[in-house]
Amino acid sequence: MIDGFIALYIFMLAAFTGYEVISRVPVILHTPLMSGSNFVHGIVLVGAMVAMGRAHTTLEIVIAFVGVVLAAGNAVGGYVVTERMLEMFKSSKAQPKAKH
Amino acid sequence: MPIGAQSLIQASYFVAAGLFIFGLKRMSSPVTARAGIVWAGVGMLVATLITFLWPEMHNYVLMTVAIAIGGIVAWISGKRVAMTDMPQMIALYNGMGGGAAGAIAAVELFAGEAHGIAQLSLGVLGGIIGAVSFAGSLIAFGKLQGLIKRSFRFRGQNYVNLLILVITVLVGAMIVLHGGENMSDHVTMLFVLALVLGFTMTLPIGGADMPVVISLYNALTGLAVAFEGFVLDNAAMIIAGTVVGSAGTLLTQLMARAMNRSLANVLFSGFGESAAAAGSGPAGTLKAIETSDVAVMLGFSQKVIIVPGYGMAVAQAQHKVWELAQALIARGVTVKFAIHPVAGRMPGHMNVLLAEAGVPYDLIYDEGEINSEFETADVALIIGANDVVNPVARTDKSSPIYGMPILNADKAKNVIVIKRGQGAGFSGIENALFYLDHTRMLYGDGQAKAAELVQAVKQL
Repeated sequence: MIDGFIALYIFMLAAFTGYEVISRVPVILHTPLMSGSNFVHGIVLVGAMVAMGRAHTTLEIVIAFVGVVLAAGNAVGGYVVTERMLEMFKSSKAQPKAKH
Repeated sequence: MPIGAQSLIQASYFVAAGLFIFGLKRMSSPVTARAGIVWAGVGMLVATLITFLWPEMHNYVLMTVAIAIGGIVAWISGKRVAMTDMPQMIALYNGMGGGAAGAIAAVELFAGEAHGIAQLSLGVLGGIIGAVSFAGSLIAFGKLQGLIKRSFRFRGQNYVNLLILVITVLVGAMIVLHGGENMSDHVTMLFVLALVLGFTMTLPIGGADMPVVISLYNALTGLAVAFEGFVLDNAAMIIAGTVVGSAGTLLTQLMARAMNRSLANVLFSGFGESAAAAGSGPAGTLKAIETSDVAVMLGFSQKVIIVPGYGMAVAQAQHKVWELAQALIARGVTVKFAIHPVAGRMPGHMNVLLAEAGVPYDLIYDEGEINSEFETADVALIIGANDVVNPVARTDKSSPIYGMPILNADKAKNVIVIKRGQGAGFSGIENALFYLDHTRMLYGDGQAKAAELVQAVKQL
């Protein structure tokens, strides 16, 4: 379905997108951002689910089970810590002098 | 196969991919960052739920159990982890993602589901990268958590690692060339080798370099996810994985640059916790000062720049430091926080710790924004920072930190350093700043001293 050059195009465009989106992020957000991008690759969960859905032998099922556990940990853990960090970033209304 | 389900799944993946990019974009400003992660979370939730509709799947019960186990454990650990321990937690969650990508590759290869040279190659490659990222991230977690105390190094280590890499790739190539059928032994060998490589690559790297390593593994996991996305024909995985792969690579470069290290240097040489460089110590003496004198100096200043380092977070002093800043602001003093990109244990980590204490982000300036302002500051107050304010980085070519961008705290009219005792910084380098004529040392625990300063300033 996604084959050959179409896949390459997706790969290239997504690579540039990632680079551009991140390049404008201020240093103060680097840790939450790394955590946020860590969360985004938690999408591996859907792949692990599909792999488990078509696993047949015991070995395959066991490996896929571990894969789904790990992927769910990646997605949920990544979300929780990122949200916790970003939730703390507050502006000061008392100090109206903005950065320039 | 019902066409409706397939369309719904693809549509949900399309939406999820869009929300991930939109979410990351929103995270580029502190004002919208919170909303950004929520949008990305919505995308993830939709994609995960719709995946249950995937046609012709088995093992639904086990699948749900697996999601519940991983999800609940991660939820609880993520809610409980202290902000100071954030770097190793990110390493751990990232390693889990890498492990999951490796597991997908293993299942597909054992089942012989991957066909054709392109799919097989990407599957094998994604599997190797995922397993390396998994093993490496676990080591990074162990090191930052203090479970692994020393670095393991021996002569020719890089050659041994290179050899393992070459053998791993050769085994992978054999799997591809044999069309992926009945290659169970080779697949097992491939993953054992890749895991060993992840361990042996990461063990020699010192704790100080771990943020760069974690960032690199974050990018690698993204790449592994993208490659497995090709194998599974899953556009959401390809896009999300690639975006993270390229964003993570950029982030890794930014971090390495801020630490004045090249990526190759981090990976292939062990500076992270190597012994202190020899060479002559700075001239002059350390001059101590009393709390009350510091309070007077701060209280009657026009402008104070506070330079916090990881030592402040270790002493849990950030709340008291913010109280001190508020007391000074109430007296009409201009207070700014200056943060070095590598303050804390990861770029941006210090900002998180200050945010936790309630410091508004618009009082926090990075090195590029504030360095020219030190000259007009009456006092630079250094709390738990060391190497990032060491002026030898500008002057002494023989110093290991020469060339590292630093905060020019030495340019302030007065420098006060709150420090537990005498001693060198994380890199083991003596700090010339402490010996300058206009520098005074306030010895003691960061939290206790900050608390005393708050009281003293309020009584002025």
